[in-house]
Amino acid sequence: MAGRTLYEKLWDDHVVRDNEDGTSLLYIDRQLVHEVTSPQAFEGLRLAGRQPWRTDANLAVADHNVPTTDRRGGIADPVSRLQVDTLDDNCRTYGITEFGMNDPRQGIVHVIGPEQGATLPGMTIVCGDSHTSTQGAMGAMAFGIGTSEVEHALATQTLVQQKSKTMLISVDGEPGPGVTAKDIILHIIGTIGTAGGTGYAIEYGGSAVRNLSMEGRMTICNMSIEAGARCGMIAVDDTTIDYIANRPFAPTGEQWEQAVAYWKTLHSDPDAAFDRVVHIDAATIQPQVSWGTSPEMVVPIHGSVPNPFKETDEARRTAYARALEYMGLEPETPMTDIWLDKIFIGSCTNARISDLREAARVVEGRRIADNIKLAMVVPGSGLVKKQAEDEGLDRVFKEAGFEWREAGCSMCLGMNPDQLSPGERCASTSNRNFEGRQGQGGRTHLVSPAMAAAAAVAGHFVDVREF
Amino acid sequence: MEPFRQHKGIVAPLERANVDTDAIIPKQFLKSIKRTGFGDNLFDEMRYLDHGEPGQDCSQRPKNPDFVLNREPYCNATVLLAGRNFGCGSSREHAPWALKDFGFRVLIAPSFADIFYNNCFKNGLLPVVLPEETVERLFRAVEAEPGYQLAVDLPAQTVTTPSGEVLAFDIDGFRKHMLEQGLDEIGLTLQHADAIRAYEERRRREAPWLFRA
Repeated sequence: MAGRTLYEKLWDDHVVRDNEDGTSLLYIDRQLVHEVTSPQAFEGLRLAGRQPWRTDANLAVADHNVPTTDRRGGIADPVSRLQVDTLDDNCRTYGITEFGMNDPRQGIVHVIGPEQGATLPGMTIVCGDSHTSTQGAMGAMAFGIGTSEVEHALATQTLVQQKSKTMLISVDGEPGPGVTAKDIILHIIGTIGTAGGTGYAIEYGGSAVRNLSMEGRMTICNMSIEAGARCGMIAVDDTTIDYIANRPFAPTGEQWEQAVAYWKTLHSDPDAAFDRVVHIDAATIQPQVSWGTSPEMVVPIHGSVPNPFKETDEARRTAYARALEYMGLEPETPMTDIWLDKIFIGSCTNARISDLREAARVVEGRRIADNIKLAMVVPGSGLVKKQAEDEGLDRVFKEAGFEWREAGCSMCLGMNPDQLSPGERCASTSNRNFEGRQGQGGRTHLVSPAMAAAAAVAGHFVDVREF
Repeated sequence: MEPFRQHKGIVAPLERANVDTDAIIPKQFLKSIKRTGFGDNLFDEMRYLDHGEPGQDCSQRPKNPDFVLNREPYCNATVLLAGRNFGCGSSREHAPWALKDFGFRVLIAPSFADIFYNNCFKNGLLPVVLPEETVERLFRAVEAEPGYQLAVDLPAQTVTTPSGEVLAFDIDGFRKHMLEQGLDEIGLTLQHADAIRAYEERRRREAPWLFRA
C-alpha cells in the first residue's frame, strides 16, 4: 500500500461513514466555542428541540468582544455584553465547560486550546473561526467552520466533509538571525498567494519548521487560512509531545503512554504523495512587512512599496493601485520610510509567551518614539499574561511606554473598543491587513513581534537585525 | 432552508478580486445574536459614507453614490458578479446571511474561498464558479447593458445569458442535492446516529484519552 500523508491518516481515523456522493461523515473530537459565531447555532438547537451530542467534547470562551482594560465593571457596550452573556447562558444550559471572562484561564480560543492540552495530536478540531488552523501545529486536523456547521457539530459530533487535496510546504535550511515563524509564513503567503492553498490541506515540513518551537509552529499554521487553506498541520515529534506533557486536559498515566505511541505515527510516510509540493529555502527569507490590504502584499524590510504601473497583469495593477490609495502610500517608498501611529502586539498569531519575550528583548531599556500614539501588548491568555508578569516582561513593556492589557482578540479585529481611527497606521502582529479590519479607515502592516517592537521604538519600520 | 432550483435576476457587478468577509459584513455587526437583519449593512463601508453601527436606521444614512448597490437597477439585483477568491478571510456565516438578506440568490465568480463557499450552501445561496475569461466577458456585458439579467438553473447546472448563450458550471452532487431540496443537514446526519455511536464505541477502545470528561 502506498504511504499516506498526515492529512490522510487523520482523515481515515475519523471517517464515520462514506456517503455515496463522495463526501464523508467525519467525527469531531473537539469543538471550541466562542461568543460571536455560536449564539445562532445554540438557537438552532433550541428551535429544533435538539441537545448537544457530547457536551464534554466542547470547550467555550469569550474572546472577541471582551475589553482588554479593567474588567471589574463588566462590558460597557450593551450589544457586546449581550453576546457574552448569551454564551454564558448557553454553556450553563447545556453543561458546556466555559472559561468565563474573569477566569485566569480565559484567552483567545486558539491560544487556550493548546495551552490547556484540550487540543491534542490526532484530533479533529473545529471552531466557528477561521484561525482554528493554528491548532494543526499539534499534528491535528483543525479547521474553521461557519455557524451552521457549529450547530451540526454540536448536534451530531460530526461534519459532512469533502476530502481536500494535499500540499506539502517544505522550508529547509537555516533562517537568518531575526527571522521568525511570522516572517516564514508571510513569505510563504507572498510566494503562493492568498488563494494558493484554496482546496488544499497544507502540511508544513522541512528542517526550518521542525526546528521551530510549538509556539512558532502555531504561528505558521495560524495563517494557513490567509493562504486560502482551511487547515495547516505539522507532524508530531518530540517537541510536540514535550509541549503537551502535564497540561491540564492532557492524558495521564497509562493513557499518556498509549496516546504517545499513537501520536508518534502522526507524520506523512516517506513514500506519501502530495498533490502539490512547494520548496522554500529558509536562508533566503528576510524579516517581512506587508504594504497592502491583502496578506500576500508583503515585501522584505529592505524592499519598497511596489509600483502598480510596472505590473503587467491588469487585475493586479488595479488591486495594487487600490491598495496603495487605501494605505495612503506612494509607489516605491522604502518600507523603512513608513512612519507609524500605533503598535499592536497580540492576536492568535503572535500573543504567546515566546512572542512577548521576543518583543520585550527588543524594547528593554528603550522608549517608544514620540510619534507613536499608542503601543499595546495584549497577551493571548490570562496564563500567558501571568507568566509574562512572573518574568517581569510587563515591567519592560510599561517602562518602554507600552500599555499592558488583559487577554483577548482585541485590535486584531476591533470588535471591542481597541480600534484604529480612520487614517491611522499600525504595525500589527496579527494576521489580516484587510481594509477596515482594525477599524474603519485604519491601515494595517503585518509584522513579527520583534519587528513591531523595533518599529515602536524607531517610530517607523526598521530592520530588527540592525537594531 | 429555502430550496433553490431556478432563478433569474438582475446582475450587479463588483469587479474586485479578494473581496473578504470583513468587507462583506464588518465586525461591529457580528455582535448580533440573530441570523437575520444583516442586509442593510451588507458591504457597509463601501455602501455608506458614514461609520456604521448596529441598530442604526440605515435609510437615514448618507449613501456612497458610486457604489453599485446604491444605483438603479442594481439595488434590485439578485445575482452578484465578482472577482476571484470572493469571500476570503474570516469564517463568519454572517457574510452569506447578509448577502441573502439583501436579496441575492446567486453569486458568480472565477473562484471562492473554501469556508465562505461552504457557508453559502447552508443558506440557500448558490455560488457559481465560471472561468475567469467568462466572468470577464459577463462584466463587459453587464457594463454595456444596465439591468442585464442571467437565468440560473441548478438541476441543469447552467447559466443562460439574455442572448441565449448557455454556460455550464460544476457543482458537487451532495451540495447540489441539499440545495435543490432545501434539506436539513443535521436531520439527515442524525439518520446515521447508530453509525456515529458505533464509531464512538470503537474509538473509545482505541483512543480512550479522547473521551476524558
